[in-house]
Amino acid sequence: MTTQNQAIEDHLNQRYQHGFVTDVDADTLPPGLSENTVRWISAQKNEPDFLLQWRLQAFRHWQTLSEPQWAHLHIDPIDFQAISYYSSPHSKKDAPKSLDEVDPKLLETYEKLGIPLHERAALAGVAVDAVFDSVSVATTFKDKLAEAGVIFCSFSEAVQQHPELIKQYLGTVVPYRDNFYATLNSAVFSDGSFVYIPKGVRCPMELSTYFRINAANTGQFERTLIIAEPDSYVSYLEGCTAPMRDENQLHAAVVELVALDRAEIKYSTVQNWYPGDENGKGGIYNFVTKRGACRGQASKISWTQVETGSAITWKYPSVVLQGDDSVGEFYSVALSNLCQQADTGTKMIHLGKNTKSTIISKGISAGKGQNAYRGMVRVTPKAKGARNFTQCDSLLIGSSCGAHTFPHIDAACDDAIIEHEASTAKISEDQLFYCLQRGISEENAVSMIVNGFCRSVFQQLPMEFAVEAQKLLEVSLEGAVG
Amino acid sequence: MIVIDNLQAEVEGKAILKGVNLTMNPGEVHALMGPNGAGKSTLADVLAGHGDLTVTSGSVRYYDQNLLDLAPEERSHAGVFKAFQYPVALPGVKNAYFLKAAINAHRKAQGQDPLDAFDFIQMTKEAMVRVGMDESFLQRDVNVGFSGGEKKRNEVLQMLLLDPKFAILDETDSGLDIDALRTVAEGVQSLRDSKRTFLVITHYQRLLDTIKPDFVHVLANGKIVKSGGPELALTLEDQGYAWLSDVEGHNDKS
Repeated sequence: MTTQNQAIEDHLNQRYQHGFVTDVDADTLPPGLSENTVRWISAQKNEPDFLLQWRLQAFRHWQTLSEPQWAHLHIDPIDFQAISYYSSPHSKKDAPKSLDEVDPKLLETYEKLGIPLHERAALAGVAVDAVFDSVSVATTFKDKLAEAGVIFCSFSEAVQQHPELIKQYLGTVVPYRDNFYATLNSAVFSDGSFVYIPKGVRCPMELSTYFRINAANTGQFERTLIIAEPDSYVSYLEGCTAPMRDENQLHAAVVELVALDRAEIKYSTVQNWYPGDENGKGGIYNFVTKRGACRGQASKISWTQVETGSAITWKYPSVVLQGDDSVGEFYSVALSNLCQQADTGTKMIHLGKNTKSTIISKGISAGKGQNAYRGMVRVTPKAKGARNFTQCDSLLIGSSCGAHTFPHIDAACDDAIIEHEASTAKISEDQLFYCLQRGISEENAVSMIVNGFCRSVFQQLPMEFAVEAQKLLEVSLEGAVG
Repeated sequence: MIVIDNLQAEVEGKAILKGVNLTMNPGEVHALMGPNGAGKSTLADVLAGHGDLTVTSGSVRYYDQNLLDLAPEERSHAGVFKAFQYPVALPGVKNAYFLKAAINAHRKAQGQDPLDAFDFIQMTKEAMVRVGMDESFLQRDVNVGFSGGEKKRNEVLQMLLLDPKFAILDETDSGLDIDALRTVAEGVQSLRDSKRTFLVITHYQRLLDTIKPDFVHVLANGKIVKSGGPELALTLEDQGYAWLSDVEGHNDKS
């Protein structure tokens, strides 16, 4: 063992021995991953033993795995020992004190997106206490939710306050053995969100991570768990509509959704992390495992995602349709510009009777971007009366980009009805000229055509989000033509 | 006043326009006829600024501006409108959205505020009645699944809404039934005034029966080989273009 590694080991052991000390220095762990790292994180969070044991199982399993190679992605090897597994990149200490200290390029983007000033501050990670009226907003919002019996808090808080729920549901949708990145997340996840909607409650407001992210800066391995009890409804919005300052390379999150009888969960994501530069330098590797279980009869889970950021996106929000008459939906817009690569899609697993799924995927490739749709529709022998409709469209802008489609259909039940439609189109010179001749600028013409292409997905987003998603596409496509 | 002077242009290295001269005054309607492949549509595209064409020589004076110096959208803002022979489909883009974007781009260029939704709808509905389109077209995607006649009506609708100073109609009458033809012709007639110039490219006399051009020109092999009054169109209807090679020869000698 090198001296350096020895030092880290010492550091880890020392931390562990000291137990639950939290101070500013403890916010960041030196790079490296070992069983001690896992123990340290768990101890840092004062976790109950069942959770530590679960993490350790995951870690031991992870050591036997290697990275998946099947995606249509070119990924430079990742050195998992070079990563710090517990860091608060947005820690107050490093945060800019005011908007003046924030990268002007970032502010320019916010401006273009039309994000109000106080929100810009929060998004940029400015220590917001003084300038931001989030306190009052957050309070009214918390009162309102508490009244309805809804629990919405950080994952760590849920572990402390509602360990029984965590114990009951954690890993039941995405088991720790699921895949390389999910297993890694299970071992080292730092924080995330927790939502619990009691029986018969329709959550009185759209829940968004935006409110919570200020309170607890989630790291690169976050974990979200949403439980919807029978006859409940929740709409959850995730992500910022602006690039994060986050410079970490690897982001491996896990999201688990559980919908019980007649419950409905609508999960919307707008992801715009740093995509890297024109030459493909830098950018986030986004390896995310998202899965929902329609466990109850006539339950419904709907994923809507707008993915415009990250250097690499590897993400397949899926639905396991266990309950009879349950419904799964996936609506996706994925944009790859610059040197971005996206391999994204969904899995719809039909287990119950008369289960229905809908997949609408819109891939946009520009610059040197590569966009792949990868989907699986599986109908098991007992899933009588299963139906699926898949529509998978690609739009190409320019001639250096690529679009790829990998659909997989596996029907083991005679009466399954599965439809798959696919199309590939290119924004043509003739289309642009037609718009120009009518006085519409090239940039507006491209965004008009792209927005038209994405319309059926944007319609699924909550209103304000749809507007932001539209603007985000415009910003992300700047300079894609010409 | 629009003055096309010795205009020469090529596509992918092939010369198509070989010295076009044409002067058009405000208020005039010029018909441009000629055999297939003569360069009529190319002339329309050069005037509108299509990127596939390279102007190798000559100039186009457009009032006090050099038209060829302007980007295509600037030409549009300056009042140049081309009704397309093959209007392009824009899947997913609603006609209403497209029309509004075009109108507001023009208003912006003129330093005016964008039109609000109410004024836009009112103005558009009136224009749609004039071209015989029902309101459902506003909610349909631009030219997607439109019949030939519907596409051409949609072009005339855009012309009415954008109120151009110089309108080029590129075979707007081709592939139209009698009703649609009448609508197109009436649309042009209703816009005729002392300030507007029309360049109507057509193969057929029937459109000109209604529009009644002030001048008729024949473009052949990249040049205007014959100009005259409305009676020239009738002669062409009778005799075709074959006799024109003499005219061209005669011109060359003189």
